Amino acid sequence: MDKKYQPIIGMEVHVELKTASKMFCGCKNDPFGAPKPNIYTCPVCLGLPGALPVANKKAIEWTISLGLALGCKINLFSKFDRKHYFYPDLAKGYQISQYDLPFCYDGEINTSFGKIRIRRIHLEEDTGKLIHSTINNKKMTLIDFNRSGVPLIEIVTEPDIKSASQAKEYAKKLFQIIRYLDISEADMEKGQMRLEANISLQIQNSKTKNQNNQLPNYKVELKNINSFRFLEKAIEAEIKRQEEIINEGKTPTQETRGYNAEKNITYSQRAKEDASDYRYFPDPDIPPIKISESWFESIKKNMPENYDYLLSRWEKEYGAQKSTLSLLFETNTQSKWLDGLFSYFKKQNLDTKKLINFLVNKKIKVNLFVDNYQKIISVFNQSISTSQIDEEEIDKAISQAIKENPQAVLDFKSGKKNAINFLLGQTMKILGKKTDTKIIIEKISKKIF
Amino acid sequence: MKINKVLVKKIAQLAQIPVSEKEEEKLAKGFEKTIEIVDELFKVDVFEVQPIHQVTSLENIFREDKIDEKRMFSQNEALNQAKNKHNGYFVVDQILEED
Amino acid sequence: MKNKLTLKKAIELIDKKEVSLKEIYDDILKVYKEKNKELNIYLSFDENSFEKAKNEKNKPLRGLPIAIKDNFLTIGFPTTASSNVLRGYMSHYESTVTKKIKEAGGILIGKTNMDAWAHGSSTETSDFGPTKNPRNPKYLPGGSSGGSAASIASNMAIASLGTETAGSIRQPASWCGVVGLKPTYGRVSRYGVIAMGSSLDCPGPITKTVEDSAIILNFIAGKDEYDGTTSNVPVLDYTKNLKKGIKNFKIGICYIDHPDISSTIVAKKTLEAGKVLENLGAKVELISTSKTLEKNKILSHEYAIGVYTVVQRGEVSSNLARYDGIRYGNNRSCFGSEAKNRIILGTYTLSKGYADKYYIYAQKVRHLYVKNFKDLFSKYDVLISPASPSFALPSGASQGNPMFGELQDMLVEPSALAGICGISVPMYKDEETNLYLGLNIMSDYFQEEKILQTAWAYEQKTNWNEWKNI
Repeated sequence: MDKKYQPIIGMEVHVELKTASKMFCGCKNDPFGAPKPNIYTCPVCLGLPGALPVANKKAIEWTISLGLALGCKINLFSKFDRKHYFYPDLAKGYQISQYDLPFCYDGEINTSFGKIRIRRIHLEEDTGKLIHSTINNKKMTLIDFNRSGVPLIEIVTEPDIKSASQAKEYAKKLFQIIRYLDISEADMEKGQMRLEANISLQIQNSKTKNQNNQLPNYKVELKNINSFRFLEKAIEAEIKRQEEIINEGKTPTQETRGYNAEKNITYSQRAKEDASDYRYFPDPDIPPIKISESWFESIKKNMPENYDYLLSRWEKEYGAQKSTLSLLFETNTQSKWLDGLFSYFKKQNLDTKKLINFLVNKKIKVNLFVDNYQKIISVFNQSISTSQIDEEEIDKAISQAIKENPQAVLDFKSGKKNAINFLLGQTMKILGKKTDTKIIIEKISKKIF
Repeated sequence: MKINKVLVKKIAQLAQIPVSEKEEEKLAKGFEKTIEIVDELFKVDVFEVQPIHQVTSLENIFREDKIDEKRMFSQNEALNQAKNKHNGYFVVDQILEED
Repeated sequence: MKNKLTLKKAIELIDKKEVSLKEIYDDILKVYKEKNKELNIYLSFDENSFEKAKNEKNKPLRGLPIAIKDNFLTIGFPTTASSNVLRGYMSHYESTVTKKIKEAGGILIGKTNMDAWAHGSSTETSDFGPTKNPRNPKYLPGGSSGGSAASIASNMAIASLGTETAGSIRQPASWCGVVGLKPTYGRVSRYGVIAMGSSLDCPGPITKTVEDSAIILNFIAGKDEYDGTTSNVPVLDYTKNLKKGIKNFKIGICYIDHPDISSTIVAKKTLEAGKVLENLGAKVELISTSKTLEKNKILSHEYAIGVYTVVQRGEVSSNLARYDGIRYGNNRSCFGSEAKNRIILGTYTLSKGYADKYYIYAQKVRHLYVKNFKDLFSKYDVLISPASPSFALPSGASQGNPMFGELQDMLVEPSALAGICGISVPMYKDEETNLYLGLNIMSDYFQEEKILQTAWAYEQKTNWNEWKNI
């Protein structure tokens, strides 16, 4: 039964951009921080009669920078389209989105399992927020339009993802790049980054030739997943569920499913309406967008160094591992600050690798991205000298304690584990100050055996 | 082209227009007559003609990313014309709960 | 009767202190009280507007009363677009155009009746009852800006504002014997105007004289940061060269050789209008109508009906999607039958499998009309045609015809689809019925000055305008 089915997974990720104002009007873009519902609204985002949209330039530039960061091609001629459907959180009865000319297409993200192709990245507007509630014993739905019209990008992959852990790695990497570009907080708890996975299983059959070109004739859309860990678990659970259905000789239903983390199962939300017909057409209210060479170049110029290049460069120049380095920062403002710090250290012939380890393990008390470099150098130097003296002192104290208590040493050697605590106590007494007991215990046992 | 009531019903659903049985018939008739006239269009040769979606020749009309306080509504202004509201929210009958 | 003053004259006489603003308001109120019940022109009317007006005397429009079509969002008046869906709706924001009128010292005196959602050419499809033609109440005023045109014809306002998608200013102006100017698409802001066909809609003045239209255009034209489709092309003072004459203008006469029109009175009167223009020094020639795109010929208007129907109804179905009764207004069961007709057809032509067949095809034919005008305006300064294929039709004529509006407006649809400017001026009055015909004068994008010059020159040489000598 092993590897009988190959999961075929594509992802759609929505990310709210953190522009100051909304996508098509000047309302404040801060739905999560709003003190009251329906206060960041105007004729445009409430869909009032006669209101017209005007696109936010920064949101367009940010979308293009993300595309460039993911190696996408850019549609130099683009437009916004109306996508029609009815839902109480959609003020105009249509969402302004992009249909056949998204800003970005054909990019990729590398994972340790292989390359994932990005099909497209487009820019659209978010909807209002629905809250389900009971008022006077009647079940009602409340609507808040503070989120209506917030710029939203959608990043769509090809179905290149082969496992739950690859999906998780993809999502994490995408998150890192978005945070690095500093175009969104991408806080999943706040709904600023929303993950969706389309999952189906392909039956592995070595005898059939064209097997890899033939995608399964169904897909299940997993929605409402709000962490990387749950993404992995939800996909695993869904793969298992689909395997069982196929093993019974059936085909899973094409539908949208949610994930229940407590029970670790996916559950049906709604069958995909085949009636969905969005009636796209170019929004006549918004003139098309032409990206001139000079505009394109200025967007490029304002982009930070490529995230992967940055980590590789740091690894080479400063000696720490990429995975360690990535823990130190999120945004490019932070990385630029760090870059300055590292090169400053290096110029003074200080040990950048040690600095990085100290920073990651929080061994020195500094305010990252705030303190000036000189202050950090002095804290770093101090901590090196104290930690060196400490080591010598500790070694000395342990030797003394062992020498003075041969019985305890014997007891410990013969298996009495408690004896080491006695030795620890003696060592501490000789040292006369508090130190990390774990290190001392380690050192004592090393010395005895 | 023959337009039947089934098609009208389907489209009315898509457009969320409530129509009665009687209206369906009337709408189907009007629909058919209109399509007849519209179909005259296909006499025009549009070989190698690009569709035109707007006549202004404008491009790249944007806003700077600035908050426009003067256009923002107070909560009361936002809700004022709504029939159903509660504690600063618009209200509709319960719709499908997603989670 | 001081309500009969033109805008130009009223400003002049107020400045000379020969007429007081109070007299004008009193006379307007008097005729409103006498006739509005019968004619059903205003849906809402501020009887106390003089109180507001008297503080505006030093502003360009001197506090004069302006009638506003009920699809402009206005603070202080309900805005309904003559639909039950918006019955009683009070806007918290003001359209750019009415805001500009107010800033110039114009007073919104009331909101005028229209075909519901501007769907139609009769003002019979209003959910608040039909408007009657003040020239002869047995007849339709045209539409959809029928209320605004009637407010001028009945002297219930000094000037008015309407909107046109294809004909909705020029056709009622023609039927009511007044002047209606449809500016170039993008010349006047659509912000705060209830959208009908977004790629076509254009607000414009409906007035007693050509000069009045030029004055109003001066105040409403221009770029609007809230409407991304408005143009940066500089706004002229349209009154400055108004009386310069049309010597050596090259003028082409359109559509009158078409078999449906050639033997009608409108063809005859349009030819006569051409003669008048020729006598004014213009070079006038007939342009032949062609069923295919040909150089120096005008592409037949008959395809414009299909293009216009598909594009406009597609956009209508989209623009009316927001009316769900949740945030304002009533729910979707309150749409009248004409709106339902259009939503159904528009939804169909945009739906899966049909968008290419209808919507895209229509936009290709639309492109042909754009190319056609571009070609013709490389040769002609202005083009003229009848504004409407007939005199006003009798009340009830629109009923049961789902294409009434499109058919009535067919002669102005090509120009609306291309987005060029046009103006309708009275060109004939039938003494027996007291009904009018209008001459449609068109020019290239942003050439409002040329059509105003032509219309003004023509107006001076003809006797149809009862106001010009007041």
